[in-house]
Amino acid sequence: MITLNHFLLLSALLFSIGTAGIFLRRNVITLLLSVEIMLNAVNLTFVALGRFNGSVEGQIITFFVMTVAAAEAAVGLALVIALFRHRETLSPDAFTSLKW
Amino acid sequence: MAPWLFYLFATISVVSSIGVIGQRNPMYSVLLLIGSFISLAGLYVGLDSPFVAVTQIVVYAGAIMVLFLFVVMLLNAPREDVAPGAQLPIPGVVKAYGGVLSVAMAAMLLWALSRLGVVPFVEDPQAAERVASVRDIGLMLFRDHAFSFEVTSILILVAMVGAVVLAKKTV
Repeated sequence: MITLNHFLLLSALLFSIGTAGIFLRRNVITLLLSVEIMLNAVNLTFVALGRFNGSVEGQIITFFVMTVAAAEAAVGLALVIALFRHRETLSPDAFTSLKW
Repeated sequence: MAPWLFYLFATISVVSSIGVIGQRNPMYSVLLLIGSFISLAGLYVGLDSPFVAVTQIVVYAGAIMVLFLFVVMLLNAPREDVAPGAQLPIPGVVKAYGGVLSVAMAAMLLWALSRLGVVPFVEDPQAAERVASVRDIGLMLFRDHAFSFEVTSILILVAMVGAVVLAKKTV
């Protein structure tokens, strides 16, 4: 039988994969994709717990998370385009003008 | 939901998420992430939340990922190239440290969850019906969370203006 634990464990696993992507990759677009993985892991937790409680609150907050993800993707990708225009690369190591 | 369905969707989502962070080419990463999102939508259907599942496919896999695809194609930078003046690839020590950190985080989360005890879902058909009802979601969203909903629209507006300004040729 599938219990709440299964969903929470899967969500934790996905979140850790997203974290690993942030740590290990040097590509701005892949970093943004890793953030999306982490947001989705959290969404899964919300929906599973909402189902567990028998209320739709979990789904409501999932919609808000999706909205924030859409806004984040729009602004983040605009930043990527602006940075790529200046440096001709996607590596975050190149964007160090503000580093002392 | 049926156990084999859960394990099927869970395996697809985990494997394709690992593929996302393992791929060199961002194009393949985006496509794999779409697969991961679709299998998550299958899990949402299993959780009696068909509306979230449809939103996941339409908004996430449909809109947000297409935005990513557009940018990847627009920039046309298929490989993780060495930035001038930057040390790349990442030194092995740093990479190992990051890997150990994320594995440690996974182990910690799994350990904490394993102490939770097994919590089965309540097999109450009425609760499942209540959760799946789009009418209830709409009532809750536009009645109890009306203010948050309106704030969300401002957030989207600000993000839209910000994206246009940031991506403009002459800032």
